[in-house]
Amino acid sequence: MSFELHREKFPCRISEVEIGAGVAGNGQRFLQVGGASTLPFLSFDGPSGHLPVIGMEVWDVVPELWPAPLENIFGPVAGDPVEWARHCAQEWGAEFICLRLRGADPELNDASPEACATLARDVLDATGVPLVVLGCGNDAKDNVVLQKVSETCAGRRCLIGPVTSDNYRTIAAAAMVNGHLVIAQSPVDVNMQKQICVLLNDLGVPQTQIVMDPTTGGLGYGLEYTYSVMERVRLAALQGESSLALPMIVFCGFEAWRAKEAKTGPTDGVVQGVAWEALTAGTLLQAGADMVVMLHPEATRVVREHVKALAGGEMTL
Amino acid sequence: MALTGLQIFKLLPKTNCRECGFATCLAFAMALAVGKTSLDDCPQASDEARETLGAAAEPPIRLVTVGQGEYAVELGGELVLFRHEKTFYHPTAVAIEVRDDLPEAELTERLHAVQALSFERVGITMRINSIAIRQTGSDSASFVKTVELVQANSPLPLTLVTQDPGAMRAALAIVGSKRPLLWGAAEANWREMTALAKEYGCPLVVTAGDLAGLSSLSEQVTGNGYKDIVLHVPAKAAGDVLRAATAIRRMAIKKRFRPFGFPVLASVGDNRDAYLAALTAATCIAKYASMIVLDTVDPAVVLPLLTLRQDIYTDPQKPIQVQAACYTIGNPGPDAPVLVTTNFSLTYFSVGNEIESSRVGAYLVTVDTDGTSVLTAWASGKFGPEQIAEALEKTAVGEKVKHRKVVIPGYVAVLSGRLAELSGWDVLVGPREAAALPGFLRSYTAN
Ligand code: SF4
Repeated sequence: MSFELHREKFPCRISEVEIGAGVAGNGQRFLQVGGASTLPFLSFDGPSGHLPVIGMEVWDVVPELWPAPLENIFGPVAGDPVEWARHCAQEWGAEFICLRLRGADPELNDASPEACATLARDVLDATGVPLVVLGCGNDAKDNVVLQKVSETCAGRRCLIGPVTSDNYRTIAAAAMVNGHLVIAQSPVDVNMQKQICVLLNDLGVPQTQIVMDPTTGGLGYGLEYTYSVMERVRLAALQGESSLALPMIVFCGFEAWRAKEAKTGPTDGVVQGVAWEALTAGTLLQAGADMVVMLHPEATRVVREHVKALAGGEMTL
Repeated sequence: MALTGLQIFKLLPKTNCRECGFATCLAFAMALAVGKTSLDDCPQASDEARETLGAAAEPPIRLVTVGQGEYAVELGGELVLFRHEKTFYHPTAVAIEVRDDLPEAELTERLHAVQALSFERVGITMRINSIAIRQTGSDSASFVKTVELVQANSPLPLTLVTQDPGAMRAALAIVGSKRPLLWGAAEANWREMTALAKEYGCPLVVTAGDLAGLSSLSEQVTGNGYKDIVLHVPAKAAGDVLRAATAIRRMAIKKRFRPFGFPVLASVGDNRDAYLAALTAATCIAKYASMIVLDTVDPAVVLPLLTLRQDIYTDPQKPIQVQAACYTIGNPGPDAPVLVTTNFSLTYFSVGNEIESSRVGAYLVTVDTDGTSVLTAWASGKFGPEQIAEALEKTAVGEKVKHRKVVIPGYVAVLSGRLAELSGWDVLVGPREAAALPGFLRSYTAN
């Protein structure tokens, strides 16, 4: 049997999405994600699209009790999300910032939409990198908060959400009017992922303004469900399911640090929580993650290096 | 296309002579149909049967066993490219490398460290599968001495890493009866190495610098009559490791390309950054390595990797369950809240984790729902008022608290009334998502 490399050819391509407004002169950077016509990093099959981008998460309100490795790093900036975000972008190499507005939750601080929106704009201005803004998970509150965020940050091409099949109109409409993108979330389910994307299409949101969030499960806590749903979504998209031909975002830092093993593991030398976070990301990169949101700076660094190593190599197959 | 067990059975001698190791020809045929054995194991098969079954009877990826007895590990035997298509069958074996230039004290210390790398998760013990002993110099004496020491101090199957047939032969004189993995054969030495593998009946790693070379070397070794082989491409960059392993698995499964119908061994490379090495290893677990060799005994690296292996190799059709029982979280007193949920491991862990982080001591009663989540179990009648009432009764959680209030998941609020009637407990409706539990529990205790 003579050897001849088998190359996989897919008929379709993931749409290319631009986040952040590259307005000349203001120094604001922008990112392109998506564009793959192969499975992740399989460049011998064809153009594998833009490299996944690695961002960092910033919270308006920090938890009462951080695991020590997070407390040690973020302690000094934790009360000041703008400063925290500046560190992420300027010192820790975050390609984008993901601002999680936990404090908007009526059960937590019930922060006002105006305060949330001002914070989002301040983070944008302070960092110069593209911004993802997440609501608090309370549908009614998120509708008003994210609408205000959309208006205040108009024209900056932020990625805003999540929206779900149960709650998408207000946020998506506000995002469109103000030139942002939306995060279409499903509860680890291919059909529901498709449903929300179709609903957004019907509402008139173009393919270039949607990023999918299949809901991240952390290592040891449902990672395999997310992994397989993402693989199925990506394969379906490449084979022609155009409603799913969109980039995907995963929230690895947030999920990984919820694990008991991350909070309690060894912290001298290799920090188990950092490894937990990095491996959650490394695994989902293989399932098609295009935007990876991290928490710990060291985990962010190694995943960024790992992406380079996956894209690199000199072997001819 | 693959044949069914019965189609294969019709072509067998039907003598039940047991020479294949199976009790009957039918059992052998069934095993062959799912790729768990090879037609070569039936010495009685006619030429006609061989021809008809041909490639169809061969599993797309051969199952290769390393070691013996309790610690033996099976490599390969995979049937799909994506776990959602069926499942991945044989979890990536994890080997830890030891070099033969390690001083004896350090060596025994490392072996003890490997032995300690055993973790229990969701009721399953996860551990290391092999010790890979690498020859570093040209002197076979220290290699042999290390092999002796390792086998005296570790029950794990060995992987013997040397390109020198002389050193390999000397090591096999000691451990040859234990089915170590011989790593290995390359362009220059494959004849001697294949002869050794045959003589001792040990699996053999076949190494070449690129896929074309690997393909022809694999053909040479198998053409020589030896099929218990493992493929290896010594790539450095993570991307090369990924692409080589993917190309091999894909050609084996989709194209039935025989030279690649064997398990793949990946070396994680000499990466000084422990996190980056772990990330490469993680990539290999997800994408197609049947064995990886690590150069660390740090539990902070190994535990996450073994956890990942467990995640990826869990059968998507058979969710992991926890025992249906009453679990104590924190230090609950007689006024502590009582919550119920299902015995799907993921549900249990998410709920348990959130209770723990709320720092409110509580009792968590899990109902046996065959490992399904709250909504699925409710829809299929496995998480109804009857089952919950029965679980409260059976676990005798009522003896631990002096109240009669139970918290049910918000998704099944509708069953409150009936549950109260059946159990005599007051029913409180909790949040839908586990993440909202800390807030819920704090206001619960405040009232
Ligand atoms: S060796 Fe062949 S003939 Fe004998 S029992 Fe097995 S399958 Fe049947």
